[in-house]
Amino acid sequence: MSKVMDIKYGISATFNSAKDIYEAAGKVRDKGFTSWECYTPMPIHGLDGQMGYGRSKVPCFTLAGGITGFFTGMLIVWFMNAFDYPLIVGGKPYFSPIYPFPVFYELTILFAAFGTLFGMFFLNRLPRHNHPVFEHKNFGRTGDDKFMIVIEIEDPLFDDEDTESFLKDLGGKSVSIIREPIE
Amino acid sequence: MGTVTEKTDQPAVLAKVKPAPWRDPPLVENRRSFHWVTEKICGIVESKTPVWWWWCFITALCIASFTGMGLIYLVSTGVGVWGNNNPVNWGWAIVNFVFWIGIGHAGTLISAVLCLLKQKWRTSINRASEAMTVFAVLCAGIFPLFHVGRVWFAWWLFPIPNANAIWPQFRSPLEWDVFAVSTYATVSILFWYMGMIPDLAVLRDRAKETWRKYFYGVLSMGWRNANNHWRNFEMAYLLLAGLSTPLVLSVHTIVSFDFAVANLPGWHTTIFPPYFVAGAIFSGFGMVLTLLLPLRAIYGLHDLLTQRHIDNICKITLATGSMVGYAYAMEFFIAWYGANSYEGFAFINRAFGNYWWSYWIMVSCNVISPQLFWFKKIRENIPLVWIISIFVNIGMWFERFVIANTTLSRDFLPSSWGYYSPTVVDLFTFFGTFGFFSVLFLLFLRFLPLMPMAEVKMVMPQADPHGGKH
Repeated sequence: MSKVMDIKYGISATFNSAKDIYEAAGKVRDKGFTSWECYTPMPIHGLDGQMGYGRSKVPCFTLAGGITGFFTGMLIVWFMNAFDYPLIVGGKPYFSPIYPFPVFYELTILFAAFGTLFGMFFLNRLPRHNHPVFEHKNFGRTGDDKFMIVIEIEDPLFDDEDTESFLKDLGGKSVSIIREPIE
Repeated sequence: MGTVTEKTDQPAVLAKVKPAPWRDPPLVENRRSFHWVTEKICGIVESKTPVWWWWCFITALCIASFTGMGLIYLVSTGVGVWGNNNPVNWGWAIVNFVFWIGIGHAGTLISAVLCLLKQKWRTSINRASEAMTVFAVLCAGIFPLFHVGRVWFAWWLFPIPNANAIWPQFRSPLEWDVFAVSTYATVSILFWYMGMIPDLAVLRDRAKETWRKYFYGVLSMGWRNANNHWRNFEMAYLLLAGLSTPLVLSVHTIVSFDFAVANLPGWHTTIFPPYFVAGAIFSGFGMVLTLLLPLRAIYGLHDLLTQRHIDNICKITLATGSMVGYAYAMEFFIAWYGANSYEGFAFINRAFGNYWWSYWIMVSCNVISPQLFWFKKIRENIPLVWIISIFVNIGMWFERFVIANTTLSRDFLPSSWGYYSPTVVDLFTFFGTFGFFSVLFLLFLRFLPLMPMAEVKMVMPQADPHGGKH
């Protein structure tokens, strides 16, 4: 498991306040960068717009989960009480969309909740326990009180010196290169 | 006044009437920094285990063993060791079940309903309340699970194929309850866990010991504070809040169906669903106060859990307590107005019959004691608020006792009337659940972040990228 070499992942710049990173993010987007990311201790209101992100796709997973749940509920009630083992209880029909509605309702919510959680994981590509940004020596502070912009080397506009000076011009502190160790 | 007169787009009348500038007290007092919040919350988990924690934990374990012993005795002997018998076949099992489920409801209300209503003050209390929800639901589950008699067949309640080729019977409200409560438990755990992921990542990044790195590392799923993560996280959080809101309302509605669908006087009423939901929220907020006020004092969280928070919780307790009081009155009115002699008897019996004492304990704890929260002086007297919260807990337990027992002990035929009393096994089993709950809650305090750091930071003025100017 020895480190044979490392490759460059990107350049990071730290900011001290939500306002600073908000303004800097707008400028990074205007410059035309595409492979970059902001790391912040909490969601910042309006930063999505500054970065040019659209609406999150999580609701699609929620809807899919909800629909699946509702029909799963219908299917089990019909199969168990009307098809596989029909039994007269209380003079009620074998199957009806009315009396077992609580079951459909609860399963709709249950499956929608699973869809939401796993949809969030899928869209965020989690779990992923290793990532080059974890190599940054002060990465932990982005969960505390620091704000960080990382421009990745993959970006077509990336240039060692230009990008570094660009981030410094934006007011970024401790601009540094993040290296990804490989075996 | 400067702020009012400076703005030219205000209606002219404002200059004349000069409204007092109203400003809500801050949610985080003493102008604390982000770093202070991180240190405060992580410090609780990272510091050396305090001595009081061990004392509480050992005491709680001993108390929890009462439930353990009670259940072992029940399983090895039979459900007859409980006081349930004809005509009161539900006894304390259903009372304790509804009591604990109800307590859970405030956690979901705080995390979900207040989130949808954009009540920012919820941020510092939502994590602990959600933990309370999860643990309360676990305590609740014990009672119906063991009340089925042969607990090793309890899985028959779920739609799982079994050797007898029989299936659950979906026409029964008890089966709806299985779905409602198991969904509630699952979704509460998902919501609680998902909200915790960013905070677990903070603990992971600060961890020094290897076990901490692995523990928080695995649980935080590799979260890395990226804005893309936050974007999906916030959407998922909002959606889970939107899903939990109809869920929490439906769970206690369905719990009330256990009673309301039965054709028994005193139970067969349409007021039950809203009345149960209001009661559940009432009892849950009582428990939130019972738990959080000591924590605030022990951990010195006064800057995060301010008087404003306590005021708001007290006011919700007052509002829901008044709704519960209104429901009690309305039940009596309908019993008279409905002109059904059985219904009328059930309610006269409830207040003046063989269980009159439980009815009046219920009324004094639930209707009278929260009315004290009208007064600011009382809301600011923390020990008194705590004592009232205990009364709320007691009162809501008695509410379920009154509903379940007065109706069953005096049914249609006087020849089958009976008087229910719990046995010592009932008492020990219920008493022990408080220990079980405390064990879980103490473990939560020790290993998981007590307050959602990211959410608390979001409501601090520094988090606003526009510096307060929109």
